[in-house]
Amino acid sequence: MSSIVEIIHISTLVIMIIASFLAVVFKKLLPSIVALSVASLLLSLEFYLLHAPDVAIAEAAIGAGLTMAIFIFAIRGTR
Amino acid sequence: MKEMSRIVKTVTNFVYGFIIIFGFYIIAHGHLTPGGGFQGGAVVGSAFALLLVSYGSLNSKKFLKEDIFSLFEGFGLILFIVLGFSGLGITFFYNFLANSGGWFGDTAVIGVNPGDMNTGGVIPLMNIAVGLEVLSAFGVIVLTMARGAEFTKKKEKS
Repeated sequence: MSSIVEIIHISTLVIMIIASFLAVVFKKLLPSIVALSVASLLLSLEFYLLHAPDVAIAEAAIGAGLTMAIFIFAIRGTR
Repeated sequence: MKEMSRIVKTVTNFVYGFIIIFGFYIIAHGHLTPGGGFQGGAVVGSAFALLLVSYGSLNSKKFLKEDIFSLFEGFGLILFIVLGFSGLGITFFYNFLANSGGWFGDTAVIGVNPGDMNTGGVIPLMNIAVGLEVLSAFGVIVLTMARGAEFTKKKEKS
């Protein structure tokens, strides 16, 4: 039972690293923001797996929602 | 501000009411389940951000402006500090409503139980005050950032 939890932890962290790498690599700006949001959402899943649901809710709302919206506004201002 | 595509607008029409209701659920059940005023307010604020990203404005009538949000923000802060000063007969932030039998005044049951909404004393009211303040603050932040982006775009064109 504990090995399944460890596999979920490790796969979550690996996908987070891949998403963060994609956020740097992408040439277009909107897919880069979506990759950054995916990394933040997986960080919230990791917080939930570590038994901190309060921090998970706050991270999912602020990191994945509001930060992405503000970055989209910034992109619209540049074009 | 420019609207997004029709797919984004349709999904927003389906989803945003549920997000707002879920945020108010988190605020109202803050003393029983994980979450509280700040988390629920952040969820409602993310629903506002979703509406503003997909539609370009919060509603068609445009009555949700920064002044209204600022008014609600001040109301939440005043409610919080009034609740803090109300227990000043004993100490600052004293929980004067707990175990009194009135509003949120039932005695908490010891042991395994599904949870009683009517407990907690002054804490649910403080959760509501903090939630009101945080959702208005996030609305003000999102509206100000959108207006700043539009202003910058207009300035670059001229």
